[in-house]
Amino acid sequence: MAALTPISRKPLSLVLPTVAAFGGFFGTFVGASNGSALFGILIGAALIASLAAFYILVLKNEQLSRWLNIALMGVLGLVLGGIPGLVLGALFGWFFGWLIFWMYEGRYRQHIHPYLTSGQVLWHYTFRVICGAIFVFLITPILVVLPLSFNAEDFFTFTPEMLRFDPGGYSLKHYRDFFTSNEWQRSFKNSLIIAPIATVISVSLGTLAAIGLSQSHVPAKRAIMAILISPMIVPLIISATGMFFFYSSVGNFLEGTLGMDKTFVGYIKVILAHAVLGVPFVIITVTATLVGFDRSLTRAAANMGANPVTTFFRVQMPLILPGVISGGLFAFITSFDEVVVVLFVGSASQKTLPWQMFTGLREQISPTILAVATILVIISIGLLTAIELLRRRSERLRGLSPS
Amino acid sequence: MKLTKTLLATAAVTVSAGAVVADDMTIVSWGGAYSKSQLLAYHEPYTAKTGVNILNDDSSAEAVAKLRAMNEAGNITWDVVDVVASDAIRLCDEGLAMEIDADTQLAPAPDGTSASEDFGDLLVSECFIPQIVYSTTFGYRTDLVGDTPPTDICAVFDLDMYPGKRSLEKRPINNMEWALLCDGVAKGDVYDVLGTPEGQDQALAKLETIKDSVVWWSAGADTPQLLADGEVIMGSTYNGRLFSVIEEQNQPVAMLWDAQVFDLDGWIIPAGLSDERKARALDYIMFATDTQRLADQAKYISYGPARKSSAPLVGQHAELGIDMAPHMPTDPNNAQNTFLYNYEFWADYRDDIDAKFQAWLAQ
Repeated sequence: MAALTPISRKPLSLVLPTVAAFGGFFGTFVGASNGSALFGILIGAALIASLAAFYILVLKNEQLSRWLNIALMGVLGLVLGGIPGLVLGALFGWFFGWLIFWMYEGRYRQHIHPYLTSGQVLWHYTFRVICGAIFVFLITPILVVLPLSFNAEDFFTFTPEMLRFDPGGYSLKHYRDFFTSNEWQRSFKNSLIIAPIATVISVSLGTLAAIGLSQSHVPAKRAIMAILISPMIVPLIISATGMFFFYSSVGNFLEGTLGMDKTFVGYIKVILAHAVLGVPFVIITVTATLVGFDRSLTRAAANMGANPVTTFFRVQMPLILPGVISGGLFAFITSFDEVVVVLFVGSASQKTLPWQMFTGLREQISPTILAVATILVIISIGLLTAIELLRRRSERLRGLSPS
Repeated sequence: MKLTKTLLATAAVTVSAGAVVADDMTIVSWGGAYSKSQLLAYHEPYTAKTGVNILNDDSSAEAVAKLRAMNEAGNITWDVVDVVASDAIRLCDEGLAMEIDADTQLAPAPDGTSASEDFGDLLVSECFIPQIVYSTTFGYRTDLVGDTPPTDICAVFDLDMYPGKRSLEKRPINNMEWALLCDGVAKGDVYDVLGTPEGQDQALAKLETIKDSVVWWSAGADTPQLLADGEVIMGSTYNGRLFSVIEEQNQPVAMLWDAQVFDLDGWIIPAGLSDERKARALDYIMFATDTQRLADQAKYISYGPARKSSAPLVGQHAELGIDMAPHMPTDPNNAQNTFLYNYEFWADYRDDIDAKFQAWLAQ
């Protein structure tokens, strides 16, 4: 659609107020960090507007103006905030240099339909800014964690050394702490034992339940479904209290009557509790996949002499596999992230990673938690990427290329 | 089939892992630097001596609630629990903690003095074996308080001299006493005044004068973090946390020992353990609360040992090599003006004053 819409230069009466508004917006933050937000708005607006007028009326050279703007803002940032100010200022300079000429040359109309009114154009960009803001809102907390985990001090603080980009302000000691501390390693190992086993149990049970519930002859389907997905709806703390008393009796029976080892019984209890929490996710995703499943295929298989078990593994399972996998993923994450139930049901030898993080946060605000969080974020991204790649591959193999 | 094999293998590993660590003992404590000091001073030597493996559970903050639930469910998974004295008194009253006979079940001092005499007044409950004396006191940012650093507790209420935020614990205990003390009530009369509704209102009115400048904390780690951030200029917390901020983390923070409130922390053994586990817990307690062990703990954290006979043995910090005695809350220089947590008063008035305090907070 490039160059679909003819563009023309815009009058200064439109350009200057717009860029001044942006200048005022960013000026608020600069002003607030230097004492007065109101002052920041005024200075920001005036500064950007006068710079814009200068570039457009006096310099009349876009390339030169934009480089000049980066340099100017960079120096301003250096004066106000040192090295980080320089980086931030240069970024602002680049943005405003672009914005001024984007407005002035009328480039903002270039890639959209020519018949849109000014109001629609405004909404077009406002909508994108809102989407961007939501994205920033969602991702910033995660991004803040990453640099803080390299903090050389034992606090959740951006130290002056870190802000100056002094290598002495950064260290890997919190990562070392994670990999060498017994408590962290034990809880990591526990999470790796509990989550996969709980996932396998919830996937098996959840898939069977979903297939059963999708049969037409099952009575009271809705009621059964409601009961099965109730662990997802009941507040976790309530389920956890109930589970505590229920699994205590189960545990007493296994230990006392069957003479099983205390630690082993502890694992069984936590794994079963987590499997219960994971089942609803599997049921919901598999049920959704089964809606698109063609029943005549099972009849065709039966017609050719396959028994129900063979039909299930050879015909039905491969087709609903994406739903099973994503349900399994949810079940895994539920168990891997879960802290309330394990606090009730587990004892110290079943301490999982979230439990360790929870007590670590409460008793001792140590950036080791941030290092762990960073590692987990990276693992999650890797896991999701792998699943997505696998899904695309299987769709490609089946000739259903994603659009 | 591969999956089945993997699962079986995992289960087998879990079972065998379970079999190896069958001799575990679960000890509940507060986590952080405090648990670490116990690990180094008590757990590791005990494991080396007896071969009993010790698991740490950082659940002391909810020990009372969890012990009640465990008792109801008939499934007590804890062997030894570290609690503050007031919790120990409650647990003892409810029959959830086992009574201990100090003279037969605790080690005597090296010179033969009986344990009950060595601990003295600190044995505040039949179920409670004191471990440390800690204090709740204030730390301040040396670079944010101007040229005249605070020397007395009333600096907390002096917004003209020390403008800025201060952090206080989100409960009436200690705060009410400090407020009355700085509102002209004599130290000896504080609890008499606080026992009356007018006195409670007076304390809240004094707190009201700084309410807008207070950040309320609920975990001991909050104030150190706030001080390190420079978000508050002074704040109350446990003295060991401040020691760590000042000496181990090298933050620009100093102690204001004035009107520090002493409290005790120690062990209880849950009631209703099997004979075998009870014997093991008692053996651990006998070992971990002897004179040398209590003195050893002070190498890792600046809390005062609860035995009189341990005090002369307190040496230097294990890593920093500095003398620990001047950092103890009980050191004469630090203890010029102190309170002892008044267990009886707060046992009687806690519910009423708590309700009043929370209502005031929400206003």
